[in-house]
Amino acid sequence: MSSGTASSLSFETRLDAARQPAGGSDGPPIVELRDVHKSFGTQPVLGGINLRIARGRTTVIIGRSGTGKSVLLQHIVGLIRPDRGEVFIEGRRISHLPERELVEIRREISFVFQLNALFDSMTVAQNVAFPMVESGRARHMSAARLRELVRTRLELVGMAGFEHKRPAELSGGEKKRVALARAIAVEPPPKVILYDEPTAGLDPQRSDVINRLVRRLQDEFHVTSVVVTHDMRSAAAVGDRILMLWNGRFIADGSLLELASVKDEHVRRFLEGRAEPSDIIEKPI
Amino acid sequence: MPARVFSSLFERLGALIIARISGFGRFAVFSLYAASFIPADLLSRRAWGRLLQQSLQIGTRSVPVVMITGMFVGMVLAVQAYRQFESAGLGDRLGVIVNLTVISELGPVLAGVMLAGRVGGALTAEIGTMNITEQLIALRSMGTDPIRFLVTPRFLACLVLTPLLTCYANLLGSFGAWLITVKVYGQDSGPYWEYTRQFVELWDLNSGLFKSMFFGGSIGLISCYRGFHCRRGAEGVGEACTGAFVASFIVILVLDFFLNIVMNGVYELRYGFKPII
Repeated sequence: MSSGTASSLSFETRLDAARQPAGGSDGPPIVELRDVHKSFGTQPVLGGINLRIARGRTTVIIGRSGTGKSVLLQHIVGLIRPDRGEVFIEGRRISHLPERELVEIRREISFVFQLNALFDSMTVAQNVAFPMVESGRARHMSAARLRELVRTRLELVGMAGFEHKRPAELSGGEKKRVALARAIAVEPPPKVILYDEPTAGLDPQRSDVINRLVRRLQDEFHVTSVVVTHDMRSAAAVGDRILMLWNGRFIADGSLLELASVKDEHVRRFLEGRAEPSDIIEKPI
Repeated sequence: MPARVFSSLFERLGALIIARISGFGRFAVFSLYAASFIPADLLSRRAWGRLLQQSLQIGTRSVPVVMITGMFVGMVLAVQAYRQFESAGLGDRLGVIVNLTVISELGPVLAGVMLAGRVGGALTAEIGTMNITEQLIALRSMGTDPIRFLVTPRFLACLVLTPLLTCYANLLGSFGAWLITVKVYGQDSGPYWEYTRQFVELWDLNSGLFKSMFFGGSIGLISCYRGFHCRRGAEGVGEACTGAFVASFIVILVLDFFLNIVMNGVYELRYGFKPII
């Protein structure tokens, strides 16, 4: 009971810290969202998000499908602009920057998309080399050095030898691993990697491979990771800190253990995989 | 009651007009933005690589279909017109009408329509699929402008290659008409070409090629725009492809009409009226 109270207190403290626009125990945050609101038409999606993401940690955002997790992730890299509120990367406000000025910021942040977003018209090697080639950074290295970079990154995700295949020839798990390789195939390595549902559509074993890779990339490159998922197994495997998004706001923030002691009914139902009463269809078929 | 019905009707009509105008405005901004990268891209090696790749897809692979179209257009025109011309004793002048029609009108228009189907459909399907599978947003997330990366080379390739493809259509159209008139109906080849040389001017050829440049540019921009704005799902991509073809087809016909008016005016201003018959 006492430990539960301690956990609960700790959870409340961290939720408060997440809501605070400044301060915190992890030093200056690498990513910060202040009072971010976003609606699509008349549909509100984010209703005043405050979030500080510590450097070098893996933050997981969980929540039901359609609650705005991906929208939140896209705010971090300026793919979506908030209706109200501000987004900061390393203390620099990016939410008002024009598209051309966002380019340099985006090159320090890698994004692994839910559908992998590999370019169908290119080979695996061309896909992995794409960020280096298109940003012009490959101009400063020889073709052999670029090939080596691609090879080592593919090797790191267990996809060596797949260089000449096309994305259409790969399985879902293989595509995901190539997408991970592309995320880290830049020099210098990215400061932040954003993962949008990295295990969606994969079987538990393939999901485990991806989770281990996310951790491995974290250890290898000391990047800050933000993972959006509704897969609790994945969240538990990769997350240092887990936040739960509900109706456009965070309703929980803590480690997995801390979340497990939260009394909030929505959090409990989500963690236990129980449907919300309003979602249950009881009409006879 | 009728006043309310009218008011509602006008409201809906007004909303439709506003939607169409704002849609056209968005398309215009999209087009100008894509075109704004052309000068810089002409100096970039990477952009040339993308342009050549698109030239292969849009140009080289369209040659057979455009040649077949041109050839049959020429042959059909000759078959349709020969009896009329022959009965009026003008059989040897058939080449004038057929070649003039092919190079100034049907060659560019039908080549444009064929390209709208073959190339436009492929461009919309490719970009639309990229759109719904997050590839466009992935480009942005990597600091690459998707319009510059995808639209500018496709637009440029369509703009430059449609006149070249029209040349193939014209050439084969001319050949097809000659084949029917001379080899099938037995007209003399000499007067056939002599009258053609007398009445078909370089202006006619150039005006057709000039128009085809507009057709090509429109096909490229409309197809890419539809791909960028398609709805999610296979149905959305299919709808975008159909929409792109229909829009390109209509734009080709409308442009053809207005460009003809302009160019006829310019011709008459410069050279005066030219009687053919």
